[in-house]
Amino acid sequence: MKALETKSLTKHFGGLAVLQDISMTVEVGERRAIIGPNGAGKTTFFNTISGVIKPNAGEIFVFGDKVTQLPPFRRARLGLARTFQQNNLFVNLSLLDNINLAMPPNQAKMTPRDFLDNWGWWDKSTIPVKEFSYGEQRQVELLLALAQSPRLLLLDEPTAGMSSVETNKITTMIRNLSREITVLIIEHDMDVVFDFADRITVLNYGRVLFEGAKDEVRSDERVKEVYLGSVD
Amino acid sequence: MHRMLTKYPIWGGLLLLALFILPLLLSPYGLSLLTQVLIFGLFAMSLDLLMGYTGLVSFNHATYFGVGAYTVAILAGLGLNNFWLSLVLGISIPVLLALLLGLLVLRSSGPYFLMITLAFGQMIFALAWRWRTITGGDDGLAGIPRPDLGLPMSMWKAQNFYYLVLVFFAFACLILWKFIHSRLGKAIVGVRESETRMQALGHNTWGLKYLSYIVAGGFAGLAGVFYVYFNGFISPQELNWTMSGQVILMVIIGGAGTLFGPVVGAGMIIILQNLISSHTERWPISMGIIFILCVMYLRDGVVGSALKLRKKGRGNL
Repeated sequence: MKALETKSLTKHFGGLAVLQDISMTVEVGERRAIIGPNGAGKTTFFNTISGVIKPNAGEIFVFGDKVTQLPPFRRARLGLARTFQQNNLFVNLSLLDNINLAMPPNQAKMTPRDFLDNWGWWDKSTIPVKEFSYGEQRQVELLLALAQSPRLLLLDEPTAGMSSVETNKITTMIRNLSREITVLIIEHDMDVVFDFADRITVLNYGRVLFEGAKDEVRSDERVKEVYLGSVD
Repeated sequence: MHRMLTKYPIWGGLLLLALFILPLLLSPYGLSLLTQVLIFGLFAMSLDLLMGYTGLVSFNHATYFGVGAYTVAILAGLGLNNFWLSLVLGISIPVLLALLLGLLVLRSSGPYFLMITLAFGQMIFALAWRWRTITGGDDGLAGIPRPDLGLPMSMWKAQNFYYLVLVFFAFACLILWKFIHSRLGKAIVGVRESETRMQALGHNTWGLKYLSYIVAGGFAGLAGVFYVYFNGFISPQELNWTMSGQVILMVIIGGAGTLFGPVVGAGMIIILQNLISSHTERWPISMGIIFILCVMYLRDGVVGSALKLRKKGRGNL
């Protein structure tokens, strides 16, 4: 079964084509990395899938349901969860209140307390999120998305701006996720990408430049030229 | 924060007890002021639900207050002075209006929301001004009698009327308190904090804002019902943007997002207005200076700043 399918997804901002004819299929349980230079359209792609932005053309399917015209909250109720590139939290509320808002009523598999306990955060549950360090807030970004009991998870640069220790914490969290959750990740840290992803899609100027397994991406000349070249 | 909030009802209970005893000690003038404070406090609390908890600064909140008041006045003009009928209609007609206007004004947000609410508010004000046969035009509607509850006590007696207002005020406080601390209320606070995140978490944020707008409109209508009974007169001025502006100031000065803070704000404004205006005709200037000082030095309002200080004190212990 397909967790996500896009067909000819196109988005223009005025005369600027940010997404051009993007067709992509992600299987259930897959870990897919979306990489590409700045301005390639990665975050716009996530915003379009999650419903923040309406596409000009094309279709989006989540677990077989057509969601192209659905508002973000309806997509979330189908099991789609996301994190944001810049922390988007309820900073004046406690961690527990944040998690309470994220857990769907009557559907949650566990209580907010059990959830925070499981992830080792219960001790900090009463602290307002604004008092957390940047790295902790990045982790809370992920916790909020996980509290939704997602089936499809979009992670937008989860390790951005973090130290190596904090990056390790986040990658451990992501690596340990159940395969019941399909994960798409936008990430610039190539170590994280090659460690985590099953397949990689490379975007460039709003188009899919290449899609394939990790080794194929590493050896592709076009990808090296536009993105990985600087690494070598 | 949580501890502080759970202790709030204890303070609320003590305050209510004080409000129960106060009429026995106050002069008729003092009792009249206190009755006004309760009525405007209720009005300001209803706006706080929108401003402080939902993050929507509405400039037509006086619409619901005025429509509630006009409903009672028009019924009284028709010879219908049954309190319960007036109460039900005085709340439900503002609610129906909020149901309708909410569909239109909640299409926008931020400053656009403020402007569109102002526009609709002024449309209703103009309607009241021009529709003389129903509203009395700029002459307003006068001679509205105190409510008839069918009880062996006259509401013309200031003390009895005060206690009637107090009972409804306390009841409204309890309902609003419960609402804010319910799952729905917390979701509404989530909308204020980050609407995009709430949508991503599966919440229908438009629906939450709509609900908040309607509930706030209903409670403003309730305040309007008691206002017209208290005043015995209603004119289009009560629907004007100046009234909406005044209640916004009550919320800001008391402390947005504190629920009971706006009651303190209402008390401060009403009492100061009366005190200063008895000494000088230039009382609006003095009030203006006080407002500026509050905005400069008490950004979280009186109650909001006090709560912050108390929290800081606890943190330093």
